[in-house]
Amino acid sequence: MSYGQEGHSEDHLLEGSKADKETEMKEYILHHLKDSYDFGLYSYDTDNGETKYVGFPLPVILWDGGLKLFMSSKFHHGEEVAEVGGDYYKVYHAKIYKVDGPKGTINLDEHHHATNAKPLDFSITKNVALIFMVFVILFFMFKGMAQSYKKNNNLPMGIGRILEPIVLYVRDEIAIPNIGEKHYKKYMSYLLTVFFFVWIVNLFGLTPIGMNVTNNIAVTLCLALITYIITTFSGNKNYWKHIFWMPGVPVPMKIILAPIELLGTFIKPFALMIRLYANITAGHIVLMSIIGMMFIFNNWIGSSLSFVLAFVLAILELLVAVLQAYIFTVLSALYFGMAVEEHHDEAH
Amino acid sequence: MEELFGGFSLGLFVWQAILFIALILLLKKFAWKPILDSVNDREEGIKNALESAEKAKLEMQNLQADNQKLLKEARAERESMLKDARDMKNKMIEDAKDEANEAAGKLISQAQASIEAEKKAAIAELKSQVASLSIEIAEKVVRAELSNKDKQEKLVESMLGDAKLN
Repeated sequence: MSYGQEGHSEDHLLEGSKADKETEMKEYILHHLKDSYDFGLYSYDTDNGETKYVGFPLPVILWDGGLKLFMSSKFHHGEEVAEVGGDYYKVYHAKIYKVDGPKGTINLDEHHHATNAKPLDFSITKNVALIFMVFVILFFMFKGMAQSYKKNNNLPMGIGRILEPIVLYVRDEIAIPNIGEKHYKKYMSYLLTVFFFVWIVNLFGLTPIGMNVTNNIAVTLCLALITYIITTFSGNKNYWKHIFWMPGVPVPMKIILAPIELLGTFIKPFALMIRLYANITAGHIVLMSIIGMMFIFNNWIGSSLSFVLAFVLAILELLVAVLQAYIFTVLSALYFGMAVEEHHDEAH
Repeated sequence: MEELFGGFSLGLFVWQAILFIALILLLKKFAWKPILDSVNDREEGIKNALESAEKAKLEMQNLQADNQKLLKEARAERESMLKDARDMKNKMIEDAKDEANEAAGKLISQAQASIEAEKKAAIAELKSQVASLSIEIAEKVVRAELSNKDKQEKLVESMLGDAKLN
């Protein structure tokens, strides 16, 4: 679980004062939440004070006046400047910046933000690698399940027996009640994919090797954006009418309501994005803080209490993993349902 | 907000978008469609099977009801046939009786008629025979009476005496 990329020596942790330890822990947690350019499993200190990293490097793909492709091992865990085709790059706060020379000076403004140029970065980071992994796992898991139906006279076999009730749950309890019997079929692919993707990704976040993909705003933004796009494109006349010219209210109200409703269409997916991101991030920060407390207390009562707390919280996080997937899917289905709702009698 | 979007990584966004959309499309083709179709097929199959079982049950009930009805009908028919037969028997007996009576009556009347005729014939014959016998007797008597003259005269005198008296 423990992995830092800027090479903080754990000697500090052992020798420093308590306040030092706490700052160290905080930095450590924040680093852990950030993406990284190599797939680290853990790190440890050797006797002569050197930090050893166990893991493997990932490819870095940059677009900076041309394609730059190299392995992240060139950065030496962020300690060194990588030189590629005459250009120099350095990792600073988990981001790649262009630097002028092998010395690698990062210029900071008054807010301690780097002012160096940032190349377009399409690297296979740890998160991207995990998304790839989940992609492969989901694809083969469900492809296998689909094939087992063919072989077994429409009955699931093996893992399909566990997955089928979940698939049916998404269909019968999420899609059909929210979207309606008539339209739900075309949204099933998205709803099922997003449910299983978010769930599996969240579960990976709880394993020691993984880091959580859904605590990146880019990932949740992407998911929410797809929900928004699908909602917008499947909106029927009735849906748009309710946004721009709300039926059943006086004209001045209609004029006031139109911008509010229009804003509402953006706020809904925005809330989706923030909810998933914030829940997972907060869960991780709390969980890691409590694990960290075990080392800060450094006595057996406090540490063992922290351990019990961490254990309970880890179980809660397992629940949160599936709950957030469920909420995301249900709300997406609800928005799709609003978009395709047929005009009915003036019941509003 | 700044903290939130400061961590935004375009590269991750692009990868996530590509991979996720590809995942949706691939899973749609290779997994969701076949899985949902299979489940649908199976559910349809189960529904149909249940429906046909229900139908079979109903048919069975109908059949049983039909059987009951047929049995009832058959019984009623037998009853009515028996009744008919009984009626017919009675009628036949009645008819036969009537016919026999009629025939007997006819026979009796014929017999009576022939008896009457015979009787008449017998009486007629008897009459004629009595007549001829009487004539014979009378002849004989007359002959015997009139064999001597005295007697003839006596007779004539008696006859005349009778006639006078009258």
